[in-house]
Amino acid sequence: MLDEYRTKSYQAHLRPAVDENLIKDNVAIIGIGQTAFSRNSQRDELDLACEAIKNAVDDAGLSISDIDGLEALTLDRVSMPTLIGSLGIPNLRFTSEVSFGGGGACATVMHAAAAVATGLADYVVCYRSLNEASGHRYGRGDGYAEYLSKAPTLHYGYYFPYGFLTPLAWAGMYARRWMHEYGIKLDNTGWYSLVLREYAQKNPNAIFYGKPMTYQDYLDAPMIVEPLRLFDCCVDTDGAVALVVTTADRARDAKQSPAYIMAAAQSIPIETEIQTSYNRPIVSGLPETWYVGQELYRISGLGPGDIDVAELYDPFSFGGIIQLEELGFCGRGEGVDFCEGGDRIRVDGELPLNTAGGLLSEAYIHGFNLIAEAVRQLRGTATSQVAGAETALVTAGPGLPTSGLILRK
Amino acid sequence: MTSSYDPTRDVPRPARWEVLYRSSGPFWDGVASGKLLLQRCASCARWLTPPRPMCPGCQSREHEWVQSTGRGTVHSFATYRHAPHPAFPAPHSVVLVELEEGPRLVSSLVGIAPENIAVGQAVEVVFTHAADDFTLFQFKPAA
Amino acid sequence: MTLEYVPGIPILGPYVDPDNAPFWEAVERHEFVLQRCADCKTYFQVPRPMCPHCRSMDSLEWVPSTGRGKIFSYVNFTTDRMAYPAMKIPYSVVLVELEEGIRLTANIVDVEPEDVFIGMPVEVTFNKPTDSFTLYQFKKAS
Ligand SMILES: [Zn+2]
Ligand SMILES: [Zn+2]
Repeated sequence: MLDEYRTKSYQAHLRPAVDENLIKDNVAIIGIGQTAFSRNSQRDELDLACEAIKNAVDDAGLSISDIDGLEALTLDRVSMPTLIGSLGIPNLRFTSEVSFGGGGACATVMHAAAAVATGLADYVVCYRSLNEASGHRYGRGDGYAEYLSKAPTLHYGYYFPYGFLTPLAWAGMYARRWMHEYGIKLDNTGWYSLVLREYAQKNPNAIFYGKPMTYQDYLDAPMIVEPLRLFDCCVDTDGAVALVVTTADRARDAKQSPAYIMAAAQSIPIETEIQTSYNRPIVSGLPETWYVGQELYRISGLGPGDIDVAELYDPFSFGGIIQLEELGFCGRGEGVDFCEGGDRIRVDGELPLNTAGGLLSEAYIHGFNLIAEAVRQLRGTATSQVAGAETALVTAGPGLPTSGLILRK
Repeated sequence: MTSSYDPTRDVPRPARWEVLYRSSGPFWDGVASGKLLLQRCASCARWLTPPRPMCPGCQSREHEWVQSTGRGTVHSFATYRHAPHPAFPAPHSVVLVELEEGPRLVSSLVGIAPENIAVGQAVEVVFTHAADDFTLFQFKPAA
Repeated sequence: MTLEYVPGIPILGPYVDPDNAPFWEAVERHEFVLQRCADCKTYFQVPRPMCPHCRSMDSLEWVPSTGRGKIFSYVNFTTDRMAYPAMKIPYSVVLVELEEGIRLTANIVDVEPEDVFIGMPVEVTFNKPTDSFTLYQFKKAS
């Protein structure tokens, strides 16, 4: 696959036929729910998960006893049996967990979709609950080392002894190489973060609601790990998001307008490490995101020009910008120019992007909040509503095994 | 009364963050002050054991804490013949107590030889200071 | 600038397993070796039990590296946020493309963070920051 990526020669004929895809147009997200997003909830993940799931089930017009499947990330700290016991789900028939942190966000929906499309379950809830801000922090060196030391992951032993042990720094290595290869100047990279902060000013649930930012604020903020500044980074959050997935047949009776899944895809190329794939030929790009994009376009029959709104997983601004390139919204190395001045990615621009504020300015719920926002856009209920939005593309964590979705009205 | 733990060893205790939990914090706070508190749904009066943030019967997030009489019966029990942890020398009996109110709790039984424990036996709660900052609830044969 | 550590905070050690043990044992002897498939001559990092190219499991060998290469990318830790507390800031982590073609990360010593650049020729050096293990590092090529 890395050869396909390097030569940009995606070989569609090698892939499973579209007309055999049981998910396409046959599955929908019919409920979304979340908690408040905060920096210090003093609530545990179980509590947050219960609230978000109840809200999602209410939103779908269902009752808890209708739910017969649960889907989470392996990273989630909520014990599934305890969760089931708290919610009072009488008979759960399907559970599954997806690995790879935020890279698995859209894959949870894909796996839930596979379950309902094949009759293993009727209504599957995908959820993510975190108290990153007040509890368990992944982003900090000591916390990350503690977390990873429990799950021996071979390659990290080559990085930790050198004080190189946080996702931010690992991503910085990609960012530096990308800037080098495409001549990108450090001080030109702020528009992406700036526009997302603008969206957050319209979204009362956003962590950065009521905290606008100027370009000078962006430049004045400290470097955290060169070349990444403070406002290139996502915002540690306490909160939870849940989604209800069912078949299109059942979705027709739903309380809300369904968001149908046109395509769902996952990708893990060879020589992939979790955010540190430095022995792939190209370090300045994201082959898994490129591949997921190609698959989403092939299965949906859409192209980049058909996407009305994009919700791209952006743990760091560069991660979002490089995805614009990999998904074909602009050429390679042109992502910074694409965002220049911000108009293209604003709500009335050619590609409204991360319209609730994204992971940088709304909340970091491992991308589940991006899926919820895509659903709101298709329902017409977003705080920065894209006029007539009919299609939405959502991605998951970049630089690690990843996943993506194209949803439609 | 014999003690079923070795006071010179640290007793494993609920993780610090668990104590912070909205759901189980009041339970352990109660134990620290010599009370056995049970969580009950404020909406449908269902007992919630172990404590949890949502009632599985009615999905209410409101609950109240009710003091138990601390009396109950042995519903089942198991006896370690090899110490499971340095703080609990063998033989060490673990009991499942069904309280008068209905909920069941796992605990240890003190003041009785393992071979004399019987299912159905009446027991009552006792509180043991396991460390300066940690109290354990245990059970003993009812007076 | 030499790389400095903060006393009293443990430096995280390598995660040594049966596949990579020969690498770290060599580092202890101040030798720098790379894993290679003797059948198809492919080098790979991280060490593993099977050649990902020809799937051979019984012809993997350890060969000495020249230890020379060029900086392919790098990050600088200039504030204590996100830096590991055992290491005094500023410090750099460099991704080095070795002459053999594979890439490894490590600290660079005796070079100020602002003087690091992509393409800089470097060579391997060894350092024993604690009694319990030796680390490979890079320095400017002589
Ligand atoms: Zn209730
Ligand atoms: Zn080979």
